[in-house]
Amino acid sequence: MPFGVAFGVAASEAGLEAWQASAFSLFVFTGSAQFAAVDVIGDGGSALSAIAAGALLNLRSLAFGVVMASALTGPWWKRALWSQVMIDETTAVGSAQTDPALRRYAYLWTGLVLFVCWNLSTLFGAAVLSSSGDLVHDLGIDAAVPAAFLALLWPRLADPGQRHSALVGGAIALALLPLAPPGVPILAAALGVVAGWRSATPRPAGAPVGEPVP
Amino acid sequence: MTATVVLVGLTVCTYALKAAAPLALGGRPLPESVVRLADLLPAALLAALVVVSGVAEDAAIAVDARLVGLGAAAVALSRRAPFVVAVVAACAATALARAM
Repeated sequence: MPFGVAFGVAASEAGLEAWQASAFSLFVFTGSAQFAAVDVIGDGGSALSAIAAGALLNLRSLAFGVVMASALTGPWWKRALWSQVMIDETTAVGSAQTDPALRRYAYLWTGLVLFVCWNLSTLFGAAVLSSSGDLVHDLGIDAAVPAAFLALLWPRLADPGQRHSALVGGAIALALLPLAPPGVPILAAALGVVAGWRSATPRPAGAPVGEPVP
Repeated sequence: MTATVVLVGLTVCTYALKAAAPLALGGRPLPESVVRLADLLPAALLAALVVVSGVAEDAAIAVDARLVGLGAAAVALSRRAPFVVAVVAACAATALARAM
């Protein structure tokens, strides 16, 4: 819930209307990608770099799909609809069950609950909280965005490969920040994976790393 | 305008990634390199986003009270605080630093 509120505030900080913030939460429905894209927009980056930053960050949904595919059976339109809630939490809860029917059930209910919470909290953040610009500054709400990214990153840092990837990625972004157009430092940071590639401990395909419940 | 273009583009991209396996691939495993890339990319990008959202102001480095907040979040997280606590701690510390 607070994560959704934070997104709503971040979106209006970046100059988005409340309906646009809500549309992101309805259609994109992927917390970290939404934050990343909105952050690039707010800094005045190009549309292409905002899309690329969000999409690269969520390459992992591809792996979640592989994990859940066997449980999501039925006509194509049902599978198409169900895929919208393919996120860290639903994959984690769904894949914890052993029976395929239970997997689907757990996945769908988690998805439905999160979808509703995420969208309501986004709307609250975008329409109610953001209306007072000075308040956002005085209450330090603008610090919520970097703190949220740090909290998403934190559980990954236990692994050396992830740590190297993060360190090099962060350093690239810092170095390019004053030089490159907005959005580009974030995309260039993707090269940080090269540093983590050798030292990474392979994880089972699609094993989600604790993203918070919105 | 940019926001709407991003909205449409990102919706298409994220949905394609989510639905690829359930609609087309089935349960077939992904190449190992793709799995590792998908696993390592978020760490690099999230670190970059921490940097950019923490110290950037109009495409220049600007050090302000947000860093105090980021420090508070790091302390909270190192003590295994949940997500919400870390974010609230960051806001509170930033607000405090600005009030002083």
